[in-house]
Amino acid sequence: MAIDTQTVKKIAFLSRLKIEDDKIDATEEEFNKILQWVDQLKEVNTDDVEPLVSVNENNITMRQDEVTDGNLAKEVLANAPMTEYGYFAVPKVVE
Amino acid sequence: MMTDLTKLTIAQAREGLRAKEFSAQELTHAYIANMEKKRHLNAYVCETPEKALEQAALSQNKIEKGEGGDLEGIPLGIKDLFCTKGIATTACSNILKGFVPPYESTVTAKLLAAGANFLGKLNLDEFAMGGSNETSAFGPVVNPWSKNIPLVAGGSSGGSAAAVAAQMCAAATGTDTGGSIRQPSAYCGVTGIKPTYGRCSRYGIIAFASSLDQAGPIAKDVRDCAIMLKNMAGYDTKDATSAKVDVPDFEKFLGQDVRGLRIGLPKEFRVDGLDKNVAAYWDKAAEILKARGADVVEISLPHSKYALATYYIIAPAEASSNLARYDGLRFGNRVDGEHLDDMYINSRSKGFGKEVKRRIMIGTYVLSAGYYDAYYLKAQKVRRLIRDDFVRAFEKCDLILTPTAPTAAFPIGDKSMNANPILMWLNDIFTVSISLAGLPAMSLPIGLSEDGLPLGIQLIGKAFDEATIFKAASALEKDIDFGGKK
Repeated sequence: MAIDTQTVKKIAFLSRLKIEDDKIDATEEEFNKILQWVDQLKEVNTDDVEPLVSVNENNITMRQDEVTDGNLAKEVLANAPMTEYGYFAVPKVVE
Repeated sequence: MMTDLTKLTIAQAREGLRAKEFSAQELTHAYIANMEKKRHLNAYVCETPEKALEQAALSQNKIEKGEGGDLEGIPLGIKDLFCTKGIATTACSNILKGFVPPYESTVTAKLLAAGANFLGKLNLDEFAMGGSNETSAFGPVVNPWSKNIPLVAGGSSGGSAAAVAAQMCAAATGTDTGGSIRQPSAYCGVTGIKPTYGRCSRYGIIAFASSLDQAGPIAKDVRDCAIMLKNMAGYDTKDATSAKVDVPDFEKFLGQDVRGLRIGLPKEFRVDGLDKNVAAYWDKAAEILKARGADVVEISLPHSKYALATYYIIAPAEASSNLARYDGLRFGNRVDGEHLDDMYINSRSKGFGKEVKRRIMIGTYVLSAGYYDAYYLKAQKVRRLIRDDFVRAFEKCDLILTPTAPTAAFPIGDKSMNANPILMWLNDIFTVSISLAGLPAMSLPIGLSEDGLPLGIQLIGKAFDEATIFKAASALEKDIDFGGKK
């Protein structure tokens, strides 16, 4: 499956990344090379094969859904580039 | 005397400390002096000598009272992917420069509890995405084995492997997603083990691909790996994927008889054009184990040739999701923009490097509507076939023996690899299938290439059977005349 310039732009936006206009062609070309390479997986017959989501599903156990810590607002905000009144601050989203 | 201390293994240093031949502070000072002397290798991105000496003084008090843990007074280096409380942690990305974690990762907390002190944070490929440590925002690590031209230390745990090889720490932590402990260990002539997925807690390790990421040690020899792993592993309520499985004392398997052990050689790994040095040492390792009474059998892993392509769908998919958290809001660098989306886009575009952006975009694509089934779901299905190959192979053998990497370390700034990411990814050809299957594997030095560069051999075990790896690795180590850089 080859992708076009529009798709590259769409994927960049979904990724919240900016691609400079002069880099779009190169990105598209590289993307297509990689996709062509992973297309080798099409050779593999995977009819009736369940996807493997976790390699240690047998070891996963349930636990009680309990609060084990809290009152850490100061620590949670400690690395924020901008805070106001004990909250993360964002650019204005509602006019 | 002081410089000689850095040549001691953990096991030797521990004895020396207990016998009062030297103090924990003297041992730490010796490593600090070496770190200063070898800054040109760019192995450390943050040095914490004062903190290490403070800890060493506490350890010395304990040692004098005959107390202390398994690693009391031992100076370690920590890959800068592990969150360390109060010490900057960056994943070697500009987007996390200035991030100071308010908490400690479980693995480093365990090491501290065992008495270790931390000399600093070690360089890696940005977010552990890379095989040469060249994607680091701090620049590449120089392999201590470099002669005329600077060679890569491998990646992503390049700083960890180089620091251990150059005696800049007694041992180091690493993480491995597709080969990031084993490949740099091979390039730098040191020993590293990626344990079974679930063996070590991932809590506090900056996430790359969560179904693959595993922590493990890089150390001077097999025994030191056993000591380190025992003190890193264990179930943790903070990581739902960590396994409730007992952690054995891995040291007790060292030197055990390997007679009757069945060693599998996967025929598919003998690829066309395999480097002749690599092939010869692979045969030699099999011969050594055979001479000690092990049985060598041929096995087949028919889907292993699809492992790289599978990996480069699954790992970027998970990465694109994990790295969505870097939004300029909660931590790390923020670049303002008029609207919220502009702020996200500006922060992320400035903060992430080229390879990370590439993988985020591939991951976003394979997970996006219309392509999910064709790529992501398909890769997860092939992943099961790859895992099932190993399950079947382990009916015929107890351990699998392969080379760690297809070549020795290559020069920094290799043009063809920088122009074609797939060529760079091919360096993981012998390690990724094991990661996809979640199995434990160790790389240990097997010998030097014609150019005098270290090559590694890989021992792969059944899930949660690191013990058998340690048994065979200690047998191999005894008979390998590696002449490691001292």
